Amino acid sequence: MWNYTDKVIDHYTNPRNVGSIEDADAIGEAGSLSCGDMLKLYLKVDKNGIITDAKFQTFGCGSAVASSSILTEMVIGKHIDEARKITNKQIVDALGGLPPEKMHCSVMGHEALEAAIANYYNEELTINTNEDIICHCFDISKSFLENEIKTNNLKTIEDVTNYTKAGGACGRCKGKIQNILDEINNAAPKEEKLTKTQMIIKINNVIEKYISNELRKDGGDIELIDVDDNKIKVKLTGRCQACNRSQLTLTHFVEATLKEHIDENIEIIQV
Amino acid sequence: MTNSKIIYLDNNATTKVDEDVLEEMLPYFSKNYGNPSSIYEFGGRNSLAIQEAREKVKDFFGAKSSKEILFTASGSESANTAIRGVLSIDRSRNHIITTKVEHPCVLNLYKQLEKEGYDVTYIGVNSVGELNKDELFDAITEKTALVSCMYANNETGTIFPVEEIAQMVKSKNKQTKVFVDAVQAAGKIKLDVQNTDIDMMGISGHKFHAPKGIGALYIKSSTLISPLIVGGHQENGRRAGTENVPFIIGLASAAQKANDALNYESTTVKRLRDKLETALLSKIYNARLNSAAQNRVPNTTNIGFEYVEGELILLSMNDYGICASSGSACTSGSLDPSHVLKAMGIPFTALHGSIRFSLSRYTTEEEIDYTIEKMPIIIEKLTKISPFQKELNELKQRKGII
Repeated sequence: MWNYTDKVIDHYTNPRNVGSIEDADAIGEAGSLSCGDMLKLYLKVDKNGIITDAKFQTFGCGSAVASSSILTEMVIGKHIDEARKITNKQIVDALGGLPPEKMHCSVMGHEALEAAIANYYNEELTINTNEDIICHCFDISKSFLENEIKTNNLKTIEDVTNYTKAGGACGRCKGKIQNILDEINNAAPKEEKLTKTQMIIKINNVIEKYISNELRKDGGDIELIDVDDNKIKVKLTGRCQACNRSQLTLTHFVEATLKEHIDENIEIIQV
Repeated sequence: MTNSKIIYLDNNATTKVDEDVLEEMLPYFSKNYGNPSSIYEFGGRNSLAIQEAREKVKDFFGAKSSKEILFTASGSESANTAIRGVLSIDRSRNHIITTKVEHPCVLNLYKQLEKEGYDVTYIGVNSVGELNKDELFDAITEKTALVSCMYANNETGTIFPVEEIAQMVKSKNKQTKVFVDAVQAAGKIKLDVQNTDIDMMGISGHKFHAPKGIGALYIKSSTLISPLIVGGHQENGRRAGTENVPFIIGLASAAQKANDALNYESTTVKRLRDKLETALLSKIYNARLNSAAQNRVPNTTNIGFEYVEGELILLSMNDYGICASSGSACTSGSLDPSHVLKAMGIPFTALHGSIRFSLSRYTTEEEIDYTIEKMPIIIEKLTKISPFQKELNELKQRKGII
């Protein structure tokens, strides 16, 4: 059971402004049927740019309907440029909060509003171009993620999933999300040289997080033997040991991954 | 909650404890609390009570000997004990076959075993949820240590031909063990393991009116397992830990009552389920049957309400005091909809709006009539919020013509 606020319950039980506007001046859409939620927002805008009416249709859970419903209340009476400043956080606040796992519902509301306003001004929305899709399950682009991470001050992959859904289905993009988080939050600032112990811990963490799991899928694994300055000595175990492609695995995958997360200048030695 | 009346149609999730079962359990908390392993009569006689309970549970499984029955704390523990137990005996084989629609308690264990180096083959199902037997047969090899298949699916109620599957498995590789997760079959259809090739079968008490926290595992006398929980000699050295006497008594009592009620399940419960199913499908134009398998447990129906989202349906049902489950992504917070319905290829239009109704022998005619009266009102209201009005209209017209 979700811990919904009274305001959320009120808005999904008695949603305001349900329906469509025949002669709408702006229509915005977000989400899709396959993803499990979708919102269509209709706006009527007068000659002074004031939003005189707003209606919505939502396919989604309680918090999706509540977010849509309260959004229509928030925009009616506002100038369209004022409405443009509404953030998903303001939608959440107006509802008295949402469970963390449901934050993406407010983001969907915000997306639909953005789309509607862009539609009003005949602008092209530039998000979701094919080359930078990070999460293929929910079709979420890098630029969208970067924007949400910055706006909502997101720190962990779990935060990102809660707000955007990215990484919430198959989970394959979690590494990429972490990279974006690291870039934005500057998680890996250029530090002073690590001590040997710090280095060992760091290498082991990377092995655990990014390397071991992959090797285990093929019945193998890897063991850290020693660290000598920038030389990292490792041993491939299990099936990897006997595999004639182990050298490829070592250079293309293990070394590349460690270089990415530790230091460009490291060297991997198989023992 | 706005309604004090509770219409409980979520009996595949859990069931209420039968009053008589509770009554039988009570003396074992603060009166007969002795340790069954004790020498003195005050404790020792509890081991006799357990023995009696074991006999009843043996009859429930249709097993040959009560020595084949192991008490556990849950369906998940039964599955973990069986699966890890046989795999650690036979280390020479590293291949497992299971289905794509197993309960997460089994499925996630196989995901874990994959990480530990096992090869797992997942067998698919058709659009009504029936297993592809040929695919399963072809997958069995010399290396197959275990075949694991549920007896009845928790979301659709589809019954799998586990006896036939076990026979198929043994005909191809005698060394391969067969585990059946019977959690959703127990108390709904007759279990009869005795003359089958099934090696192990797990059940969970709270699905048939025993309390939560007690389960059982049948292990054929010729099948060896190593214990999951190591320690004392309890349960014949196969599960350490002082026996949970009151809950064991409760499980046995509930099993006996469930066995006696099987006829009622297959007649009255089935009639009420069919009544609900038929009425919802005829009264609601965007309702679609997700579980049309010929062979189904008598208490379950899974209906998809197209272009409406499941959590929203459940929340609205909650206002009327009606409890059920959904395979929608949103209800769990996992963002991913039901793996069972996805494996069946249920279209997205109905997947997110799927509702499972599961009855019990306590479900009354009035409750079903009330649900039949309220559901069309709920769906009609929610359909109006949907952005897919065009699609819904087309659906309405199509249904109207048919």
